[in-house]
Amino acid sequence: MSGGVSLPEILVSALIVLGGSFALIGSWGLVRLPSLMERLHGPTKATTLGLGGMLVGSVAFFQLVKGEWTTHELLVSLFLFVTAPIAANMIAKVHLHQLRLGKQPGPAGQPAAPRDDSEWATYESPKAGTPGCFEDE
Amino acid sequence: MSRLIPHPGLSALLVFVWMVMVNDLTFGTLFLGLVVGLTVPLFTDAYWPQRPRLNFLAGLAYIGIVLWDIVVANFEVAAIILFKPNHKLQPAWLVIPLELDTPEAITVFAGTISLTPGTVSADVSACGTYLLVHALHAPDPAAEIARTKARYETRLKEIFA
Repeated sequence: MSGGVSLPEILVSALIVLGGSFALIGSWGLVRLPSLMERLHGPTKATTLGLGGMLVGSVAFFQLVKGEWTTHELLVSLFLFVTAPIAANMIAKVHLHQLRLGKQPGPAGQPAAPRDDSEWATYESPKAGTPGCFEDE
Repeated sequence: MSRLIPHPGLSALLVFVWMVMVNDLTFGTLFLGLVVGLTVPLFTDAYWPQRPRLNFLAGLAYIGIVLWDIVVANFEVAAIILFKPNHKLQPAWLVIPLELDTPEAITVFAGTISLTPGTVSADVSACGTYLLVHALHAPDPAAEIARTKARYETRLKEIFA
């Protein structure tokens, strides 16, 4: 292609801009959503595609422009997908404790108890017979 | 065979991750990867007694579905963040009754819910049969629960059969 801009470069730029936009939207969600639990959705979510777009862009750059395969991006996304839900879960658990300590709940209100005779695991230790309990049978 | 290679799936995954990490397909790196992939499951077998049996083909299909849902839902959440004012937002707590009965399956289910934008799994019940999920925008919580169960849980039940 003439003019110094090749098709692969356009593709790579588009992917990086897409990823960057989603990261930006996620951060904007962190600022504007009403309370902690809603804010959790913005950055942990929009970043999956945000980072994904940048990583695919990186793979495309090394493959199409430099002509070599890289696989590290795959590993980055794998580890991100395994660890991101854990971090969100920990923040949510802290929030549940704060609700019990009298913190004002967000628009979703207080979560209901799962059953009359049971509680969420954050508040109570696991009961015998729960999945993964090694004592039974 | 099963004593020498207690977790064939885990061994394959370790070799794959090793090869991806060194980013270099030569005999030496493959050999080292095989050593890691075969010895790690052997020495950790005693600490993971009730290992689940997986249906790998169904697992691959599941990964494809989840990746597609992540892309679609990312656009939905982006639209909510950009265009929906806070007073129109209807966040809700969803209490999802679980039919999965192994910790591994419940963990994957909760992780999937957290990864697909718009929902975060917050907690599991102490009796292990309910999942607490926060939804960013769920005007009809019952329909959202039914959708999540139909789309992910039924497939996970096949994988962790």
